[in-house]
Amino acid sequence: MVTTTAATGAGAAGAPDVRPRRRIVARPAAWFVWGAVIFFFLNLLGVVGSVLVSSFGQRWFNSWLPDGYTSKWYGEAWTEFALFQVIKVTLEVSLLVVGLSLLIGVPAAYVLARRNFPGKRTIYLVFLLPILMPPITFGIPLATVLYKFGLAGHLSGVVLANLVPSVPFVILTMTPFIEQIDARIESAARMCGAGLRSVFLHVLAPLLLPGMLASAILVLVRTVGMFELTFLTAGPDSQTLVVALYYSMSAAGIRAQQSVDAMAVMYTAMMVVLLVIALRYVNPTQLVARVKEEPEP
Amino acid sequence: MTTGTKAFSELRLEGVSRRFGGHDALRDLDLTIEAGEFVALLGPSGCGKSTALNCLAGLLPLTGGSIWQDERRIDTLPPERRGFGMVFQNYALFPHMSVRANVAFGLRMRRLPKDEIRRRTEEAIRLVRLEEHAGKLPGQLSGGQQQRVAIARAVVLEPSLVLMDEPLSNLDAKLRLEMRTEIRRLHQSLGLTTVYVTHDQEEALSLADRLVVLRAGRVQQIGPPQELHTRPANWHVADFMGYRNLWSMRVQAAVDDTVAVERDGFRLVGDPVGPVAPGSEVIAAVRPEDVRVDQAGATTNAVPAEIEVVEYQGRELAAEAVTATGVRVHLRTDRRVAPGDRVTLSMDPQRLLVFPGDSAPAAGPAAGAALLEEPGLVG
Amino acid sequence: MTAATSTPAAESAGQPARAHWQHRLAERGVDRQLWLLTPALLFVVLLFLYPFFYGLGLSFQPTEGRPFSDYARFFSDAYQRATIWTTLGLSLPAALLNVVASVPIAYRMRGRFRGKRLVTILLVVPITLGTVLTAQGLLNFLGPTGWFNRVLTAVHLTDEPIRLIHNYWGVFFSLIITGFPFAFLLVLSYLSGIDPTLERAAATLGAGWWQRFRVVTLPLLMPGLATTFCLTFVLAFSVFPSAVLVGNPAGETRVISIAAYQAAYEQYDYPYASAIAMIMGLIELVVISVVLFARTRFYTGSTGGKG
Repeated sequence: MVTTTAATGAGAAGAPDVRPRRRIVARPAAWFVWGAVIFFFLNLLGVVGSVLVSSFGQRWFNSWLPDGYTSKWYGEAWTEFALFQVIKVTLEVSLLVVGLSLLIGVPAAYVLARRNFPGKRTIYLVFLLPILMPPITFGIPLATVLYKFGLAGHLSGVVLANLVPSVPFVILTMTPFIEQIDARIESAARMCGAGLRSVFLHVLAPLLLPGMLASAILVLVRTVGMFELTFLTAGPDSQTLVVALYYSMSAAGIRAQQSVDAMAVMYTAMMVVLLVIALRYVNPTQLVARVKEEPEP
Repeated sequence: MTTGTKAFSELRLEGVSRRFGGHDALRDLDLTIEAGEFVALLGPSGCGKSTALNCLAGLLPLTGGSIWQDERRIDTLPPERRGFGMVFQNYALFPHMSVRANVAFGLRMRRLPKDEIRRRTEEAIRLVRLEEHAGKLPGQLSGGQQQRVAIARAVVLEPSLVLMDEPLSNLDAKLRLEMRTEIRRLHQSLGLTTVYVTHDQEEALSLADRLVVLRAGRVQQIGPPQELHTRPANWHVADFMGYRNLWSMRVQAAVDDTVAVERDGFRLVGDPVGPVAPGSEVIAAVRPEDVRVDQAGATTNAVPAEIEVVEYQGRELAAEAVTATGVRVHLRTDRRVAPGDRVTLSMDPQRLLVFPGDSAPAAGPAAGAALLEEPGLVG
Repeated sequence: MTAATSTPAAESAGQPARAHWQHRLAERGVDRQLWLLTPALLFVVLLFLYPFFYGLGLSFQPTEGRPFSDYARFFSDAYQRATIWTTLGLSLPAALLNVVASVPIAYRMRGRFRGKRLVTILLVVPITLGTVLTAQGLLNFLGPTGWFNRVLTAVHLTDEPIRLIHNYWGVFFSLIITGFPFAFLLVLSYLSGIDPTLERAAATLGAGWWQRFRVVTLPLLMPGLATTFCLTFVLAFSVFPSAVLVGNPAGETRVISIAAYQAAYEQYDYPYASAIAMIMGLIELVVISVVLFARTRFYTGSTGGKG
């Protein structure tokens, strides 16, 4: 903010003065910005790195680095936390959620992208709500209902709960994608004698495939990382990796810190693999910007 | 599934209407299309011409009226069962299919035998002269080539009716002329029945057997090109058909087939179109090319004026002149006039049309122009 | 629809009424395609609206007392009431810092430069890893013997390790680590949605860089910043795992979601838990409405970019 007065002052001083002085002023700002970014990344590296180093450390207490290195914690974590079962559940839940949310979301996205009808804005808003609300707020009533119907505590409850933010997410990512496919291409297909089913099979499906792939991978990443909803609805044998990690952390002291770290590294590795796959299909911002700019009121 | 290839003798649109939430995009269109005819729907954007075409295609449900193919009602059929072909403004080619697959698509949908599909596809591709591009994707073709593919895709089915929605408006000027000839050639050689939508009056005049002029969702005039060109039904049609000079005037006297009009000392004699009574507000219309400059012996409708703006347009000049009373006159001439020249303009009374003004008293050409440009659903 | 195959004679019977009805529907854009919405509507009603209203209803049926007694119980209990301020005290500063810090950095990075994709990818990592892993990392990194404190002592900024975990600051840092990249990427996408020629136009009219930013870019960016703030705030407001793991869940970081969780899963008092969840939703709604109301005071139309 120091630059404020300097820059405006230079502007008032007269034309020949402006350029050199502005450059001098701009430089510290650039340094400041890059400094902040680098500081952030250093801390990020520290956060992830300390978990990684600790998971391979023999004994790490009050020193820069562990005394020695070992990979035994991974084996220990694998058996102790029954990670095979946990990873299996994680994959089952994620794939089910991806499949179901595409099945439910894509047709709705199609109608919302293509058609105008009374109440469309209301419906769109209702679809948006689950991702605008924090998961805990609707997760607690949702879990209560799921327990009431005996659905929570096992896989089906976890899948149903995770569908709640996933379906709107599919709708949100697919709607702009469908909008950019010219509706006249479908009209052309119909004029060529294709019925609704053929239009979908021969024209829409091939054109939508990249979009569906992108939104599938986004849902996958989000479901694997979703803590709150899974946490609220999972039973002992339907925990996903991130929930299992939470439980092992909150029970700290009982198990060796390093085996919890090893588990965290496995979770990280899984996410990074998914992320690498995801980034082949989508741009990084899409992973984050889940809310499309809403239609202006 | 029935294929629509069976011919018909006439297609009737009876009171076809389409509303969009309280707004009339098209109202009471009555039209009979004979087999083999080339009909152009003409009008500025927002006039309802594309709406009419989409209703005919079945892509847009009607909100009133009916469509009959001889004695068969077809407005309740989905588009794929009407058996019409359609060419879209932006071509609407399937981007993931080769030229060949695009053209063959309709035949495949009809589950025709493989060799027939191949034969007819190749034939259609040859017809639009794209043999060496048959394996390419649409994205690899130029605009003109894409348009040919779109046409081939529509005609390969031998449709009973071909619908064209401003097919040339995305092409540059030179290609547009070429494709115009091409479309007319195909229409004649294949014996197609064509409904063609355009906002370009020149395109419509040169292609169609019959023109339908629409404005704000209503039919203004239906007739052959000659009639629309020389005798527009009202001043709105005249405005659209290239009568650039539209003057709000008052009738002084009307005798049989001539009428004298005047405004602020600017007097003209013209040919009345419709009822004009002495004292009524009218609009006098004349084309720029019907305004003569310094013609020897011209006495009727001779007006002195000063040239103000000149645009060079090849063999002719387009110019704007102002009379002593401040009336602006658009004209075209092969004389080398220059800004500041004092000239005498003259107009053949036969070519000067006098239309009744709109019911609203203040509605002059300016108000009309605003009406024509009113935003709405395109076409 | 079904008239397709019938003969003209058969049609004439029931036609007018049905045609009229069809025409009415067509005018409003209603037809069979809308059935495609059913699965999604069914889903949203069954899994979102029904549970939500069920929870709302439940919150008015406390295990004992009058309909509002669970709400009264929450607000009369100072220990519970404090969670509201604890949550806001964490989430508002964190969201504000994330958005405000994002602006200059995004402003500088909005152009193209080498490694931009790498930077954005690296920023996505903490968001996808989520709060649980971040918490685990922070425990190691910010702990009394962690690298952060070691660096501080090594450069003699402190003699004693600073306590940064199991208190307010641990949770705050975790909100920054996950929230900042989120805010940054959103702000960046809003910024690149503003047509850069606008600033060039301002430059030709004699505006210096600060004036260009202050008078042209910032006003166009404000609605985007408001939206970003809302989304970042929602993330921070529902903080749960890190408040438990790196915070002090019984004391200074006992946020409202912990209160709701304890009511539901430790006391099994579902009406009370629902009431707390509703209070939580309501408070969040109030904050968001205030921000969105402020947003309407800015120009929110097209910003001319590739947005």
